Amino acid sequence: MSEQHIVAIEHVVREGAGVTTLFFHYGQDVSPGQFLMVWIPGVDEVPMSVSHIYGTKGISVKDVGEATKALSALRPGDKLGVRGPYGRGYEIPPGRVLLVGGGTGMASLMPVADFIGDRKKVSIMIGARSSAELIFIDRAEKVSEDVKLSTDDGTKGFKGTVVQMARQRMESDRFDVVLGCGPERMLTGLLALCQEVEVPCQLSLERYMKCGAGLCGSCAIDGIRVCADGPVLSGERLAGMPEFGRSKRDESGRKIRL
Amino acid sequence: MPNPTMLASGMMGETAGSLVRVAEAGAGAVVTKSIGLEPRKGYPNPTLVELEDGYINAMGLPGPGMDDFSEELKAASIIKVPIIGSIFAGTAEEFASLAGRMQDAGANAVELNLSCPHAKGYGMEVGVDPEAVRKIVSAAKDACSVPVFAKLTPNTHRLLEVGRAVQEGGGDAVVAINTVKAMCISVEMRRPVLSNRSGGLSGPAVRAVGVRCVYDLHSVLSIPIIGVGGVEDWRSAAEYIMAGASAVQVGSGIGRRGLGVFHEICAGLESFMSEQGFATVKRMVGAAHE
Repeated sequence: MSEQHIVAIEHVVREGAGVTTLFFHYGQDVSPGQFLMVWIPGVDEVPMSVSHIYGTKGISVKDVGEATKALSALRPGDKLGVRGPYGRGYEIPPGRVLLVGGGTGMASLMPVADFIGDRKKVSIMIGARSSAELIFIDRAEKVSEDVKLSTDDGTKGFKGTVVQMARQRMESDRFDVVLGCGPERMLTGLLALCQEVEVPCQLSLERYMKCGAGLCGSCAIDGIRVCADGPVLSGERLAGMPEFGRSKRDESGRKIRL
Repeated sequence: MPNPTMLASGMMGETAGSLVRVAEAGAGAVVTKSIGLEPRKGYPNPTLVELEDGYINAMGLPGPGMDDFSEELKAASIIKVPIIGSIFAGTAEEFASLAGRMQDAGANAVELNLSCPHAKGYGMEVGVDPEAVRKIVSAAKDACSVPVFAKLTPNTHRLLEVGRAVQEGGGDAVVAINTVKAMCISVEMRRPVLSNRSGGLSGPAVRAVGVRCVYDLHSVLSIPIIGVGGVEDWRSAAEYIMAGASAVQVGSGIGRRGLGVFHEICAGLESFMSEQGFATVKRMVGAAHE
């Protein structure tokens, strides 16, 4: 049971092109990959990955829609409603972990590196369309000695997608698990890669959500509730889900092709 | 039905995949989300408030509309337990049309939503007038050959009249209760939390209201009653059955207890029944009456 709490923004950090992190005190324990339902009164309530799970909690928002624009405009002292955490996050095995994030997908993955707390055990690949959209580079370098960047337009790091960069690496280097978060097209590519090289993976999905608490079914994909059974699902499970990478549901529940 | 538990409407019933999953989790029947003629987005978020002993929701009857939902239902036909198609509409004619189409799409029964407390022009706005209810039930019965259930609202002093109207209209069962109209206010924000301001309360918070409604309906009706409202363990199921319910529906219990709730209720009921000497569920129905 997650009753709603009202929190005040403590500070705000501009991370990169259009991405803002809001920090606030919230006493609930959050594990890496879980999310909160964040209420902006009079605007909307939206699911947000928790990008900072230890100490002061943080959510990192890209200003793409009405709700995220309203969140991005908040200042210290402004108030939000928060309930959660919800969902199942990453299951982090011992051994070498590769994090592969696209755009704001890094918000879901960074707490994994914080949790592992060993710079040698975790490798981080951060991808974006161009250099201005790369986020958490300094933060990643603090928690990992192996951070690689990619941009689609080649303005920084590897020129190409983060999955192409991961492919080059994984042909010669073996990880115990790959954890990924980003646009669904990136995730389908990452799943295919991990299946080819036979490395287990866990990927975090995004779907339109109403209740967030496993009740209404609006975020269902092949009968799996992204809010309660996910958002992180194993590659094994995703491989058997016909809707993954192919369709999602709109607010009314109608199927839309991706 | 292999057991007396059913998935209540509104929970995980919008897609074929979800319905299949709930059936596999042990529900004796599954009721779909309420479907209307046209697609509806429902209300903006927040649409749910979590409370210690329940939820308040105002989803606003989101749904893909009957055209798209027919495809979902066809894909759900692999389900081995009965599928009950829930429908909402503003007029008897629309209810009739939807009832026929639900049957065509493969529904084994139809549940009329006469009780949603938070959608203008639908649900309880049509479900508190006994004469309107009798017409709707009768029109739906004429339009299909599968059983027709009517889900009733507790937000009326005319519950028993409405129940009788269902019976007179030829309804095969009543389902009681839908959610109780409610509100939650954030005192810090000085405003109601739900975007629709008010919504419907469900879960253990409304169980005592539901049990009373079922008890009273059992006293006046001869058609079966399906009990719903805060059922989430064998004891609450037994309470509804003794009040007069032939089966129970589980909604909020899925969120509070998980999908294992159907198995838990059935296993608990079985041992309670053998301990108490009830050979069948049927023998326990209405046991709390004189």
